[in-house]
Amino acid sequence: MERTSNRALPLILAREFAANVATPFVVLDADGTLVFFNEPAEELIGQSPSELGELPEDEWKGRFSVERRDGSPVANEDTPTAIARRERRPAHETLVYTSLDGIRRTIAVTATPILEREDELVGVIALFWEVAGE
Amino acid sequence: MKATIWGCRGSLAAPGPDTVHVGGNTSCVALELDDGTPVVLDAGTGIRLLGREFAASSSQPIHLCLTHLHVDHIEGLGFFAPLWNQDQELHVWGPPSPIASLEERLSRYLSPPLFPVQLAEMPATVHFHDLPEEEFELGSARVLAQPVAHRGPTVGFRFEEEGRSLAYIPDHEPYLGVAPGEVEPEWLSGFALAERVGILLHDAQYSEGEYGSHRGFGHSSVAHAVAFAEVTAADRLILFHHDPSHGDEQLRSLEARAGELWDRSDHVPTLGVEGMQLGPSRRRDTSHSAVR
Repeated sequence: MERTSNRALPLILAREFAANVATPFVVLDADGTLVFFNEPAEELIGQSPSELGELPEDEWKGRFSVERRDGSPVANEDTPTAIARRERRPAHETLVYTSLDGIRRTIAVTATPILEREDELVGVIALFWEVAGE
Repeated sequence: MKATIWGCRGSLAAPGPDTVHVGGNTSCVALELDDGTPVVLDAGTGIRLLGREFAASSSQPIHLCLTHLHVDHIEGLGFFAPLWNQDQELHVWGPPSPIASLEERLSRYLSPPLFPVQLAEMPATVHFHDLPEEEFELGSARVLAQPVAHRGPTVGFRFEEEGRSLAYIPDHEPYLGVAPGEVEPEWLSGFALAERVGILLHDAQYSEGEYGSHRGFGHSSVAHAVAFAEVTAADRLILFHHDPSHGDEQLRSLEARAGELWDRSDHVPTLGVEGMQLGPSRRRDTSHSAVR
């Protein structure tokens, strides 16, 4: 009989952490798939996790256009979450996100790789903090 | 495989008149695999008496599988007779750490001032192994060791032989951040270890009332142990890692409470007690037996 595989424990705990705090967090797996975001992050994403399910990286990033505050574009591979995943280091930048409904938000993104054992990336947890007044 | 419980107490040994029936020794379970390979799960104080059994029998290699290195799971190691036999080969398996090797971490406990003798002075031949991430073979069994939610690096074990299986998850708080039924199985700590297992020895340290003031300590309430066994469709639940403050009478009450919560008519949850022998049978659908 095929048995169910567990997600890596640090990813489970990251999801539980995000689910229990009032700051907006998203959780990505090692492939960049959006596996969870909490209620405070729903406003940014526009839907709830139960409505969206898990989204591959190109799909969830396709829900926004992203630029820097000076208006210059940001490639998908240059966002903090992509850097954290690729380079296995924390990354931070304040970016302007425009969602499909046209709403623009200035958001400080802080992404941290989740490493298991010595150097095995199991995911990324990222704080999406809306900058007030912009 | 056959399992014998030598210690099922959690946190601290609790000898005394109130614990005579269940026993006061901390975690230790002996497994005898089908090919005769001796496996020991954890080295709590229960391992001392088990060691006398080994000393009186064969000297084939022994595999000691540690779930983690909290003191109640290693404090009996220095009193394990096979370690003092120069002809004995002992393989110690434990969760890896990026900071120090398993041998270095165990040596912190087995050295002065915490212990009078150093691990290196013990005459047996000891080999240390980081537990692999993937299933591996130990004697005639397939073994899965996966990290579970507890304080500090901790694993649970699943042993399988010819369709018979036993899971040992003595320290586990799967419902720390989620309520039972709130997440899909793949997002539940320990699910793969216990899914449709024949016998599940699982943390049930607290009553439901006690759990509230111990949330985050890394242990389960009886209700959480029952919920975990039910969601994983474990055939038989053995309540384990009893709180040192719980005497026999209180533990019987917790056992009765587990029975109330159990939503199946068969294999009502049972208290783990010292001397209990367990033999998972081959699973057809839900049939397993445990012999006390």
